[in-house]
Amino acid sequence: MSLLDIFKRRSSAPVARERLQVLLAYERRNRSQPDLVSILREEIMAVIAKHVQIDQDYLQVSMDRGETMSTLEIDIQIPNKSAVPLAMAG
Amino acid sequence: MGKVVVVTSGKGGVGKTTSTAALGAAVAKTGKKVALVDFDVGLRNLDLIMGAERRVVFDLVNVIQGSAKLSQALIRDKRVDTLFLLPASQTRDKDALTEEGVGEVIDKLRSVFDYVFCDSPAGIERGAQLAMRFADEAVIVTNPEVSSVRDSDRIIGLLDARTMKAEQGEQIAKHVLVTRYDAARASRGEMLSIDDVLEILSVPLLGIIPESQDVLRASNLGSPVTLSEPLNAAARAYLDAARRLEGEELPVIVPFERKGFLDRLLGRRAA
Repeated sequence: MSLLDIFKRRSSAPVARERLQVLLAYERRNRSQPDLVSILREEIMAVIAKHVQIDQDYLQVSMDRGETMSTLEIDIQIPNKSAVPLAMAG
Repeated sequence: MGKVVVVTSGKGGVGKTTSTAALGAAVAKTGKKVALVDFDVGLRNLDLIMGAERRVVFDLVNVIQGSAKLSQALIRDKRVDTLFLLPASQTRDKDALTEEGVGEVIDKLRSVFDYVFCDSPAGIERGAQLAMRFADEAVIVTNPEVSSVRDSDRIIGLLDARTMKAEQGEQIAKHVLVTRYDAARASRGEMLSIDDVLEILSVPLLGIIPESQDVLRASNLGSPVTLSEPLNAAARAYLDAARRLEGEELPVIVPFERKGFLDRLLGRRAA
């Protein structure tokens, strides 16, 4: 195989390297700080628990990370007293 | 005092157990006393790779729980008499290993053996963290492939944060062992190169194990490749890696396919 063939072929390793470098730079930055989402989750849970009894599974906290801004999504389901949680059955 | 080396990776199936067996046997062949400890509780396999699966009576969990003595659980290798195996148990109880218990066993092993190799389970959970907890050094087994490199990076983060050494403010010595390296594919740009992997992980290189049928054959036969076929390429790479682990300065030669790369690739040094 000649050198020319090497360049003609779309090699995938440089793409892999670049993707990894970008991803790992991001992951390393976040590794040093405690997991924000789980801290928020715990504290929100504590606040709710003061007033309503809910199960851990009824609280969903997720973070959608954007370039300049991230969105924090909090979904809390408070079941009615009598009802069996139908939403969870599905 | 012996040296405790964890063989870890994060990702499964990259060759931790095979590498533990091959490196351990290579070091033991030089006359050093070596213990291989399987930390993969529930999914033990080091016994199988070592060809000792029918000799397991007691295991790591028995020793920790006090139902067997360490000397009863250690299995002496039939080929190299300074090589021993401490098998994992097949219990499904994930909490069978306690940090205190593991610490005691490692301390005892350290006082008797020159090297204690801890074969980590995959993942980053409790089992993997216990396997690395008391280690002085780490061999991070990595395939030149994106998911393996990413997981290795996670493991490096844990090694620097969750090991005893790290908590005492010391550095755990880390080495990358690249396994299943296919020189032809790397030279065609289809596989991450050694340079790529080292640049991304920034951990010194212990060795490069070429993809080889012989490694599979050795596993089939229940013998570390460094014992059964010491002359083949993969075995030689493991033997060299073992010498580097013992502190020898041996240059790593990247397997190459094309002449043009020769000058650039030769001369890479191990750390």
